[in-house]
Amino acid sequence: MSDKLPEKRKIKSAKKMRDIMTTYYLDAMTAKQNNRQVAWITSGGPVEPLVAMDIIPVYPENHGAMIGASKMGEDLCIKAEDMGYSSDLCSYARTDISCSIVKGGPLGGLPEPDMLICCNNICGTVLKWYEIQARYYNVPLFILDTPICHTQYSPEIARYVRTQMDEYIAFLETNTKKKFDYDKMARVGKLAYTAQLLWQKVLNTTAHKPSPMSAFDAFFFLALIVTLRGTQIAVDFYRQLLQEMEQRIQTGISMVPDEKYRLLWDNLPVWYRLKWLSEKFSGHNACLVADTYTSAWCGAIKYTDENNFLDSMAEAYTRIYLNIGVDQMADQVLDMIKFYDADGLVMHSNRSCKPYSFGQMDIMRIVREKTNIPVIMIEADMVDPRSFSQSQIETRIDAFMEIIKQRND
Amino acid sequence: MNNKERGSIYAGIDIGSITAKAALIKDNRLLATHVILTGYDPINAGIKVFEALLKKAKISKKDVPAIVSTGYGRASVSFADKALTEIICHGTGAYFINPEIRGIIDVGGQDSKAILLNAKGQVENFAMNDKCAAGTGRFLEVMAKALEVELNQLGDFGLNADKPLKISSICTVFAESEVISMIAGQQKRENIIAGIHDSAAARVAILANKIKIKKPVMMTGGVAKNKGMVAALEKRLGLTLIVKDFAQENGAIGAAVLASKL
Ligand code: SF4
Repeated sequence: MSDKLPEKRKIKSAKKMRDIMTTYYLDAMTAKQNNRQVAWITSGGPVEPLVAMDIIPVYPENHGAMIGASKMGEDLCIKAEDMGYSSDLCSYARTDISCSIVKGGPLGGLPEPDMLICCNNICGTVLKWYEIQARYYNVPLFILDTPICHTQYSPEIARYVRTQMDEYIAFLETNTKKKFDYDKMARVGKLAYTAQLLWQKVLNTTAHKPSPMSAFDAFFFLALIVTLRGTQIAVDFYRQLLQEMEQRIQTGISMVPDEKYRLLWDNLPVWYRLKWLSEKFSGHNACLVADTYTSAWCGAIKYTDENNFLDSMAEAYTRIYLNIGVDQMADQVLDMIKFYDADGLVMHSNRSCKPYSFGQMDIMRIVREKTNIPVIMIEADMVDPRSFSQSQIETRIDAFMEIIKQRND
Repeated sequence: MNNKERGSIYAGIDIGSITAKAALIKDNRLLATHVILTGYDPINAGIKVFEALLKKAKISKKDVPAIVSTGYGRASVSFADKALTEIICHGTGAYFINPEIRGIIDVGGQDSKAILLNAKGQVENFAMNDKCAAGTGRFLEVMAKALEVELNQLGDFGLNADKPLKISSICTVFAESEVISMIAGQQKRENIIAGIHDSAAARVAILANKIKIKKPVMMTGGVAKNKGMVAALEKRLGLTLIVKDFAQENGAIGAAVLASKL
């Protein structure tokens, strides 16, 4: 979305990030020639053991976001529906399943997996989705089961998930025919921890008024913390990005010219409408300063012990945003409203993502009761544009902004 | 240009999906209103309804220092000074007519909404129907066609039901085929229509309940003219709805009031 921005507002690190992502996908595409293995992994899955084993992790969900952003989601969703999948199925799952067959999307399909790693800390959909892909590609599947922590992380859950970490490592040893290198794992763990801290710091810079970047930028810069977590590349990049943000704050460069209102976004982005939404909000002098989505990749950092990553990983991966109770989610939203000094909350009720959208009505009520800031809900889907109704959404956003203006002026 | 000048006339133009409405206010009083069909060209509808209104009020465009447009076609009124949503315009319009009003139910052609006002007439909260046409004027229009009844007669028919039927489908298309099979089953038209009103009212009531609507509640929008629909809604909500003469033009009136404050 930064294409039409005046030069000074453009975030310089964006180019570097594109280059890194291109190299990453090239490596993944050419893995076979280079005798490297590829594992597909869910976005919330523990990737560090893969990195330690020199396996290239590939994220169908990141690919789904690319498909959405390149506006190729509709055809692939329809193709999946032609195959018999329900239009109610998550559009990441639909596009990934159909893309495997037609080799569509911006990359012409993902590199074929040697194994699949599925962690259900984000949703239950991924279980069936990965089972389907395991059958289709005829590759081994490892399932990491993380019970939902409605209120707390009990000793039973702790033992249960920790045991599975050992099973996970055993699975990797079997399928790579290599011994697991625990020292390397400790190094990778440290890098993952450092990158998450840096990512959190980058996100925190938007508490500054005016904000040096918006959630739309965060949606873009997120890709590295997802795909290259545990590598030096991610650490270096986020350090550079953080510097750039601090620089922007010092020189007073904001993402939205004349930022007057600050908003918080909840749920996944609407990938095929980033530009439209970003222009819509900035047209009202509003900046989406933060979101609950991109912070999910550093939200559980408090449970991570950088010096004992492997043991603490079980807890950190179990207690992520989508795997906790609605009250705890609401608490996080309230904290963010306070930290970023938000004037309003925009909730995307995402037809695809049930675990994300399920508790939103309650969160909305809690936010209204405790903060009195306006909240809107817009109904859409992150990848399938058939669920986006422009004039309805436009009216909602305009009315929401009129309410905020009435209250603030 | 001094908008605050006494004697100035302000205009509001509301381009809905079915009708285009325009209103003029002067010295904080309603001067004139006008309604036409939007047709397929909202740009033209905006020009036409405004010209007709000026003619009715015997004034010319230069007598109007500020215009606010609203409605789904608000962006097509290029000669307006500002475009604002129906939500704020209906809120302002209702408050202008009666400052006691705290709740508004607006059922228009393409969407229906419930709005909550505070004592200053500011919008506290609102809820709109989702993408589907159930519970909107369009829904009633489709049903009227299937029953071969004029849209404006639907209300009276509905009030004369002796045994209202139940429409179970939410979707307009499915509800239409349900209605067609009721016609084929020789059910009384009045009873089918009462069922249609109740079905639409049920959808709208959800919006009102969602924002916990507060009394007194005014009903605005074209559908407020449909007595059967008003009765069905009152029954669903368990309260009396205030319907004023210019319910359909309420959004345009609110827009004119907001124009006076530009
Ligand atoms: S349902 Fe939600 S969490 Fe699960 S894969 Fe889809 S978008 Fe991700």
